[in-house]
Amino acid sequence: MSADMRTRLSHVELPNPILTAAGCGGSGRELSVFYDVSRLGALTTPSITLAPRAGRPTPRTAETPSGVLNAVGAQGPGVDAFLTSDLPWLLQQGARAVVSIAGGSVAEFVELAKRLTEQPGVSVLEVNLSWPSMEDRGRPFAADASASAEVITAVRAAARFDVPVFAKLAPDVPDVVAIARACVAAGAEGLSLINTVPGMAIDVDAARPALAAVTGGLSGPAVRPLAVRCVWQVHAALPGVPIVGMGGVMTGRDALELILAGACAVAVGTANFQDPFACPRILRELEEALTARGIERAAEAIGLAHRPSERQPR
Amino acid sequence: MTGTVLTIRQVDAYHAMTVVAPAIAERFRPGQFVAISVGGTGSPMLMRRGLPIHDVKPDYGGTVEFVFPADLPGAGWLAERRVRDSLDLVGPLGRPFPVPRDPVHCVLVGSGYGSAGLFMLADRLQQRGSRVDFVLGATSADRVFGALRARRMGQTATLATEDGSLGVRGRVTDVLPQVIEDARGDVVYACGPMAMLRTVAAVATEFAIPSQVAVREIVGCGTGVCMSCVLPVIGEDGITRMVRSCVEGPVFRGERLRFDDVGTIPFDALGAPGARGPVEGFRER
Repeated sequence: MSADMRTRLSHVELPNPILTAAGCGGSGRELSVFYDVSRLGALTTPSITLAPRAGRPTPRTAETPSGVLNAVGAQGPGVDAFLTSDLPWLLQQGARAVVSIAGGSVAEFVELAKRLTEQPGVSVLEVNLSWPSMEDRGRPFAADASASAEVITAVRAAARFDVPVFAKLAPDVPDVVAIARACVAAGAEGLSLINTVPGMAIDVDAARPALAAVTGGLSGPAVRPLAVRCVWQVHAALPGVPIVGMGGVMTGRDALELILAGACAVAVGTANFQDPFACPRILRELEEALTARGIERAAEAIGLAHRPSERQPR
Repeated sequence: MTGTVLTIRQVDAYHAMTVVAPAIAERFRPGQFVAISVGGTGSPMLMRRGLPIHDVKPDYGGTVEFVFPADLPGAGWLAERRVRDSLDLVGPLGRPFPVPRDPVHCVLVGSGYGSAGLFMLADRLQQRGSRVDFVLGATSADRVFGALRARRMGQTATLATEDGSLGVRGRVTDVLPQVIEDARGDVVYACGPMAMLRTVAAVATEFAIPSQVAVREIVGCGTGVCMSCVLPVIGEDGITRMVRSCVEGPVFRGERLRFDDVGTIPFDALGAPGARGPVEGFRER
């Protein structure tokens, strides 16, 4: 017997709950050397920006204990090249595309949402709210509930009605539930939790910051407890809102942990750097883990850890 | 992909490991590399180590040998692998060295364990009737990799060490002009650290001959998804792009790699920070 792995992101049905995380699966072409990307629940694209971006200088990455610090700076071809090359390629493979968007202002987000949903092809829009706001002196939108809500309201209004909008939130805020509520109230159909956490490493031998950009986003198993906590808290507060959980998932068991916390899909990020076959392996392991526990449908496991304890005192 | 360790041996300052990996051996072309996972299951080290392939043999269905230095993070764990242990490795990765169809005079320059990436190339070149001359070097004699093999294979093999403990005192790039002249070199191939590749490319340009340089250190995933290993490279259309040395390299034409701008985003690169760029001093995630 194999488990029914189908899941939904709002009204969009996916064949399975394993996605690549934004900026961790390339354009899809890189991973297609190793496996058929249509086997993924969906491929989340790197954050698409209006103009092409060369990104940050090197070194861009530093290895930290059970983690990776990165400051790539969203190197990418820009929305025009994405629409003429990367997106058609993904669709041709039969893959589903969750398209991450990043802008420095509400107007940029609106323009991106419009351009990307003019034609069919985008399954879900994921709004990267950790991007620095040019109107707020570089403060990330995700740091503030009203700034996040403003972006989501505008994106929801600009995007085609049948493309769900997911807000990707940062974990380094005092109250992630408040930001999540604001985004859902602003029209987000779902949430993606979590983005990387700001961190820093110093090359002790050179006595210099390890990254050219000085600070970077920390990912990998080192941040997984943060992800589990955020998914848990948001699912407890907003049980009907679909959550794409992510943060240091390396195995099917890790994916199950996030699903038990309340995620209806799990995005795999840093694991793709460590193992190009990570996503299909994690999917297989997750299916085995569900089957071993007698769970027939992946959907049954969503938020299961929230059920009341059987041994609670009366 | 999993391979089985066949041999592990210490070669002066380096370790050489041979792994049974038929799928990699079968498809390998000189210049390509393997990306090794270190630390085993649940390892705290999440990035792969991209290493040049020293040798490929048909034994046991196909083996590959790679060389790593003792100061590579994770080298201790790698060096402790024993015969029949399994090893997680991905390859062959990257674009190979272009090999001329007709016989020409080739000068192969290697620094440190970068030399390891040159011997399969030399073999291929000689099969096509090309003449091969080696220039190998390092800081000291124990860090010159493959001097014996170079002497056996090459028409000539010139060695250089910075401390003078083997061959000429100096760097490989000090002796390179003389070797190109004596061998009437038509093309230079090189593998080594960035500073050495830069000088090799400059020397080749002085002689008005092409150079093909292979970046030795590939940091990150090795497969093109992590965007860590980018270098500023001038494309066919004259536009500079930040390209990944793991998938668009590790071999580049020397005159196309903007060595002076490595570690920066050149102002004229496609998508360089400008009017629509990020707010300086702030991070994007």
